[in-house]
Amino acid sequence: MALPDRDLQAAIAATRFGLGARPGEIAAARSDPQGFLLGQTRPLTAALPVRALPLERAEAMQNFRQAQSAFSRANQQQDRKAQALRPELNARRAILRDQIAADVLQRAVTGATTDQGFAERWALFWANHFTVGAGNFVRTATIGPFEAAAVRPNVFGRFADLLVAAETHPAMLLYLDQNGSVGPDSPLAQRMAGAKASRRQVGLNENLAREILELHTVGVNGGYTQADVTEFARALTGLTFRGFNGPAEQVGQSYFRQIAHQPGPRSVMGVRYEIEGEAQALAILNDLAARPETARFIAPKIARHFVADDPPPSLVTRLETVWRDTDGALDQVAAALISAPEAWTPDPAKFKTPYEFMISSWRAVGAAPKAPADLAMLTAMGHRPFHAPSPEGWSDEQAAWATPDGIIKRLVWTQGYAPRGIGPADPSEVAAQALGARLSPATAKAVARAESRGEGFALLLMSPEFQRR
Amino acid sequence: MIPPALSPAHLNLSRRRLLAAGAGLGLGLHMWGGGAMAAQGRGKFILVILRGAADGLSITPPLGDANYVALRRELAITDDAFRVDGDFGLHPELKTVHRLLAAGQARIAPAVAMPAVGRSHFEAQDRLEAASGDDVSSGWLNRAMASLAGSGPVEGLSVGPVAPLVLRGEVATSSWSPGRAVETQARLPMLIQDLYADDALLSAALARGLKTEVLAQANLARLAADTSDTSSAANPSQLSRSLVGDSREAAGRLGGAVAGFVQQEAGADMVAISLDGFDTHANQAGALSRRLAYVDALLDGLHQGLGQGWRDTVVLVVTEFGRTARTNGTLGTDHGTASTALVLGGGLKPGGIIGDWPGLQEARLVDNRDLAATTDLRSLFKGVLADHMGVERRALDTTVFPDSAAARPALGLV
Repeated sequence: MALPDRDLQAAIAATRFGLGARPGEIAAARSDPQGFLLGQTRPLTAALPVRALPLERAEAMQNFRQAQSAFSRANQQQDRKAQALRPELNARRAILRDQIAADVLQRAVTGATTDQGFAERWALFWANHFTVGAGNFVRTATIGPFEAAAVRPNVFGRFADLLVAAETHPAMLLYLDQNGSVGPDSPLAQRMAGAKASRRQVGLNENLAREILELHTVGVNGGYTQADVTEFARALTGLTFRGFNGPAEQVGQSYFRQIAHQPGPRSVMGVRYEIEGEAQALAILNDLAARPETARFIAPKIARHFVADDPPPSLVTRLETVWRDTDGALDQVAAALISAPEAWTPDPAKFKTPYEFMISSWRAVGAAPKAPADLAMLTAMGHRPFHAPSPEGWSDEQAAWATPDGIIKRLVWTQGYAPRGIGPADPSEVAAQALGARLSPATAKAVARAESRGEGFALLLMSPEFQRR
Repeated sequence: MIPPALSPAHLNLSRRRLLAAGAGLGLGLHMWGGGAMAAQGRGKFILVILRGAADGLSITPPLGDANYVALRRELAITDDAFRVDGDFGLHPELKTVHRLLAAGQARIAPAVAMPAVGRSHFEAQDRLEAASGDDVSSGWLNRAMASLAGSGPVEGLSVGPVAPLVLRGEVATSSWSPGRAVETQARLPMLIQDLYADDALLSAALARGLKTEVLAQANLARLAADTSDTSSAANPSQLSRSLVGDSREAAGRLGGAVAGFVQQEAGADMVAISLDGFDTHANQAGALSRRLAYVDALLDGLHQGLGQGWRDTVVLVVTEFGRTARTNGTLGTDHGTASTALVLGGGLKPGGIIGDWPGLQEARLVDNRDLAATTDLRSLFKGVLADHMGVERRALDTTVFPDSAAARPALGLV
């Protein structure tokens, strides 16, 4: 399979592998399009470990939770003081809400401005693979830190490390209800059963165990049974994070709560684990990461994200083989993707998601969103950041996004954004910089004939080739 | 032990009273073909999908089953529930459903599931919507539309910016969601249409989107004129935005707007609405109440908005699977098997619960954990499509629901 010419390769590198070309990006990629991408596959190591929750975030969460408890206690007692507590509750909620909005904005600004477009797309792929969705303010406040501490530092490292970091982060423990799961025969369960006043029985919650198997590792056809789910859930008991009553520097930090752990050896997918305590869960996670079913499940997902909804089987095989040969070295898997001729087909087979569309629209003019309100339209487009509808994450397929209503929403946003976004630039020049050799004569002509800069830019953004990658 | 009120004898009795030939199938239904709608023409069909596995044992709590309270403990809904009959209640937030039930315009199917449903949300949702084994390239609602294409145009509409699988496929469909209005006659949309001349996918999507936008604006203008609260509904664009959000009010208005699409000339015949937020693994009671309040307000908006059209409409509310019979360790429930479906419409035939109740005795639970299914959801879908939409039996058994001849249509609901 021959690669397309160098100009087209450069355009593909920036738009398909990256997040859309900023002015000058295609030119920068032209001398060595593959090398341009391979240079981005180094682990993004800030040598210092990142805290699971930044201290400022932990404090804001704790302050909000405490105000919430004080308010609801007073409210339950029909205490008139409850109303007096409301302003403080609102103020603390506002602080948390602003921090969440800042996380979302920061992520979009990174996408719009980074010169490592491939690395960022690769990180977003893994953030979606390990989806944590929004819920109440406390939960939503963990998502930005989750991506920063658990996902980004590991996306060019070993998959096993990424897996363990993701599953043990407080965001995931909260999202998939692991924090309350207690071994039925654990010391904690026995103690609570003995206490007459105990409000309720404690026990297993199998949500995290199931989703790790189904969505994060071996996949739904990976050969596990309900018994494996339950056994794995037993092994995971004890994995939790510190609550809101301790010192702020401990709030939300993950730890292993031995007394909640279901004692005894476990069997998961035919492997027996005699080892006990936290090491048991970690051993199972590491074994799942190494299973061939995991490579077989995730390789097609990568190919689907980068190349086509129905990717070439030869590409999938390449990725799966490298994954297995390198024991899930994700930088090697990324390199295999970049080096695969199947990934460089001239036709843009992927329809951009709303988030990709908006990020690439800012990149086209070297701009970035300035305020959370600049992202508001993503909600109407069904793609509000941090709000994936389920643990499966966002769809990666054209059939989900290229809908009549989806196109109308893009048009509405473009009508508002394009006249402001283009500024004093020449739309034909912007089109050439944004799409390079991918710009079609028809679009170039329509942009050149537009009656205003804003109209020209809007036509570029809505053009078939800009909507795809 | 089987509580007397739920003994098979009781169910057989009520079934015999209501119907005849279908008894062997365990469906509270007539099994003779060709319902009224088929003769008169086509009705309207609205499918509401509750994503995340909505808990049937809370939607229609089996009050007559002696094991219910013991299994559900804190989560059992008893005194607060509306009464359906001696055996079943209805979640206290489902006020509209209760009213319609009392009027004979709603029925419950308390133990339904797709075949081989599994406990994965995502696979089960695919099965629910594709209903074609492992082939998930199109949805059964779209294939049903295709089967009707020979007898005049059929319009399909999904609500929301993302297309649900159930309506994807060969037949082009519309989609809509509330938000800022587009000037459909402006210059830019026209220029973009020209730019899409050689792009079949985008040109069809844009053309449909613009057409729907015209209908939506007419529709919202009418809603604005009807609404007494002029402050919150001064113009269609503002009103459209008031349809967004999780409140009962927004849900009611959204239902009214969807009703408008159905009622319009050449309006939607098949509508798919999908709602998420039903995966209640922890602290289920509050979260589920809020979501069911939304569902109920949406149904109220549909019912009121359809007016006379309610007579010709069937609404089916379904979910991908049910939840565990027992409450889990975090005051929630985990993934189960059977759940409840609701059938609503102004033209429903009288009848009791749809399908048998398998019971919650330990020995009857699937894997000693889940309510078992007694009715294949496809039977329900096929019955409504046959009686109400005039889809032929052969198409139902082969193209709409491939290899499903064994799942006989639950005829006689309408």
